[in-house]
Amino acid sequence: MPLLTAFVAGLVFGLGLVVAGMANPAKILQFLDIAGNWDPSLLFVMVGAIAVGMVAFAFARRRTTSALGLPMHLPTARAIDVRLVGGSLLFGIGWGLAGFCPGPAIVALGAGYAKAGVFIAAMLAGMAAVDRISRK
Amino acid sequence: MSIEWTAFTPWAATLGGVVLGAAVALLLLVNGRVAGISGIVGGLLKPLPGDIGWRLAFVAGLLLSPLLYTVFAGAPPIAIDASYPVMTLAGVVVGVGVRYGGGCTSGHGVCGISRLSPRSLVATVSFIATGFATVYALRHLGGN
Repeated sequence: MPLLTAFVAGLVFGLGLVVAGMANPAKILQFLDIAGNWDPSLLFVMVGAIAVGMVAFAFARRRTTSALGLPMHLPTARAIDVRLVGGSLLFGIGWGLAGFCPGPAIVALGAGYAKAGVFIAAMLAGMAAVDRISRK
Repeated sequence: MSIEWTAFTPWAATLGGVVLGAAVALLLLVNGRVAGISGIVGGLLKPLPGDIGWRLAFVAGLLLSPLLYTVFAGAPPIAIDASYPVMTLAGVVVGVGVRYGGGCTSGHGVCGISRLSPRSLVATVSFIATGFATVYALRHLGGN
């Protein structure tokens, strides 16, 4: 059952990205191009998603288990440090280079775009490199 | 700045956002998990026993979503202009960045802000700032 609901969640998440136009790097880059012909659509995606998300997290906060009786895994990290800011600044550079962040890249790979596959392979290599360095 | 009204799709964007939020709510309230894509994928790199299945199932759903969309509405519009070398570089930079930063657009930008996490707000402002700066540098600085 948890596998089925996780699968459906992924499916719905991907559909949301596609409907919102966010699986399209050209549209993401148009949002990031504030000095050009700016497309503010991404802000509306965030407003729609956060509106629903706030209700869900407010509800989840008062529970220790999920509807399936699984433990509620809420993030515990609170530190605002060099890792958080530096990592996020770096992520934004990669986002601006390709117009892809992780979710849309996976959706675009599913749609058959080889370049999305290359992006994901490189992303996994980058993640693995950090894990390797951090373990020492 | 001038707003590109022909490309601006507020209704589709808001609807897509609500659908995205519904997926976040489903994974959270039924599976007890936060829908941060980089975290879900990253957790597969050094998997813990019993913690692999739901991650793979979620990623499988993401991969199949454009096919489901195509059945009802035709192929999703996706245009990738960047070259293979740029995609490779961007992928590495994104991978390193989200792993150090502890999240991406979904984990920090949607879920974190939904939880009113100051940490996620700082992360989101940071990556949007360098996203703006990078596209500005690529499109508006230099000879063209």
